[in-house]
Amino acid sequence: MASVTVGISVDIHEKQYLGHAGAKSVTALHNLQACVAPSEFCVITGPSGCGKTTLLNIIAGLDRDFAGTVHFEPIPAPKIGYVFQNPRLLPWRTVRENIALVLPHHGTSAKLDALLAEIGLADAADVYPTRLSGGMARRAALARAFAIAPDLLLMDEPFLSLDAAAADRLRGLLLRLVSTRPATVLFVTHDLTEAVQLADRILVLSQAPGRVLAEMPITLPRSERRDPDTFSRLRAELSRFADHPVARRSDDSGGYPSLG
Amino acid sequence: MTQEGLRARFPVSFAGRAASLFSLLAVWQATAWLAHSRLFPGAGAVLATLVEDATHGDLLHQLGATLARVAVAFALAMTIGTAVGIAMARSRAIDTLLDSGVVLLLNLPALVIAVLLYVWLGLTEAAAIGAVTLSKLPAVVVTMREGARTLDRDLADMAKSFQLGGWRTFRHVVLPQLAPFFLVASRTGLALIWKIALVVELLGRPDGIGYAIQVFFQLFDVRRLIAYALAFVAVVLAIEWGVLQPLERRLTRWRR
Repeated sequence: MASVTVGISVDIHEKQYLGHAGAKSVTALHNLQACVAPSEFCVITGPSGCGKTTLLNIIAGLDRDFAGTVHFEPIPAPKIGYVFQNPRLLPWRTVRENIALVLPHHGTSAKLDALLAEIGLADAADVYPTRLSGGMARRAALARAFAIAPDLLLMDEPFLSLDAAAADRLRGLLLRLVSTRPATVLFVTHDLTEAVQLADRILVLSQAPGRVLAEMPITLPRSERRDPDTFSRLRAELSRFADHPVARRSDDSGGYPSLG
Repeated sequence: MTQEGLRARFPVSFAGRAASLFSLLAVWQATAWLAHSRLFPGAGAVLATLVEDATHGDLLHQLGATLARVAVAFALAMTIGTAVGIAMARSRAIDTLLDSGVVLLLNLPALVIAVLLYVWLGLTEAAAIGAVTLSKLPAVVVTMREGARTLDRDLADMAKSFQLGGWRTFRHVVLPQLAPFFLVASRTGLALIWKIALVVELLGRPDGIGYAIQVFFQLFDVRRLIAYALAFVAVVLAIEWGVLQPLERRLTRWRR
């Protein structure tokens, strides 16, 4: 396991989606600056359509068509485990085969079995994805991302459309996995409860074109956030920003207001 | 999961197939009996001729000659057609450049292609195989282009973000998505290609089932004509049941 993880500094001047056949171009991100410290669990939240997924794709190197820079320190080309909004498993490969495919070489089956067991997929290892429940498919996607021992985990609303209990179990699993396998995490969600439960720091993006509207570090240990009063206080603080993005947009002061 | 389904379906479909074949033979035999003519031989007579020519005659030789042509033309058409189809789906320039050629070939009768190639290249094996390949090629191109256009971008992004590399992405992410289209192209291809092969042989080859059919036509030997055709149908069905269907089951076993 990598003991040194990776820090990220993102400076995106502009990201546009070119309109096809006369349609207008859309600016997805504009003047977005953010830094993420090594091993930090950073949650990105904001209204839908504000460019959260675009930001992850840019950091993942999937989208290179933007004006700006993304720097990784101290590892210039970190191993990236990406958990997409949909599991994106190959339907013609079993869970085990899906994970084995992303590993650089074969013959690591003992390690893989241990990971599958830890993630609760031991019984589903030889099942094709079409037979998996939503929760199991997401576990498989999680296992695939962790299998490569990533320096950086990118997670794009990975627990969306699961029922509350299943999503809660998977959040617990994610935190356990991250605690034994240090990695920097960028976690996109529009669920403020999820953000408060998971984050070391929350970045709130503005409505499109997205930029960082506010950041909110949470220093309380995660176990203490479970206390209902503390939890609702944190959530209320966060929603002050997240729920009024339009009002905030007009006051265009340079730095990000800090909360907390 | 699939195996249970197979076990349940197989006896039914086998019995159904046998009944269908039997009723066909019965109708044939009855018609032959009513017609009572040398030009409409019964199933028994044709079957006897088939066995006789397979053991003592040159049926197997002619069958082998045609099969070899079909196999080579099929492999060429599938390989080139797949490559061109994918290239056309991926590049607008290549698509524009080759599209009118594909439309032309698609609408050019196999007979015309065969005659032209025999004129230009002489009555050669290359002309024969070329004509069969060119007749089949555009359909493969069109089918594979359609398949390559539906490739899932999300899976491509997944492969890229996990740095699978070109070959692994092609082999494990792209090809499985094209498999259904490849199977459709193979299926229709096999049925089409051997019929074209017979025409091409009839026009300009000294062996093969097509050549034999021409000889039997001139001799009015309907018994052999049907026997030779049936022998080839049997081979094509054997390929369908023995190769294509198991292959399809293997490629689609992950489906529910």
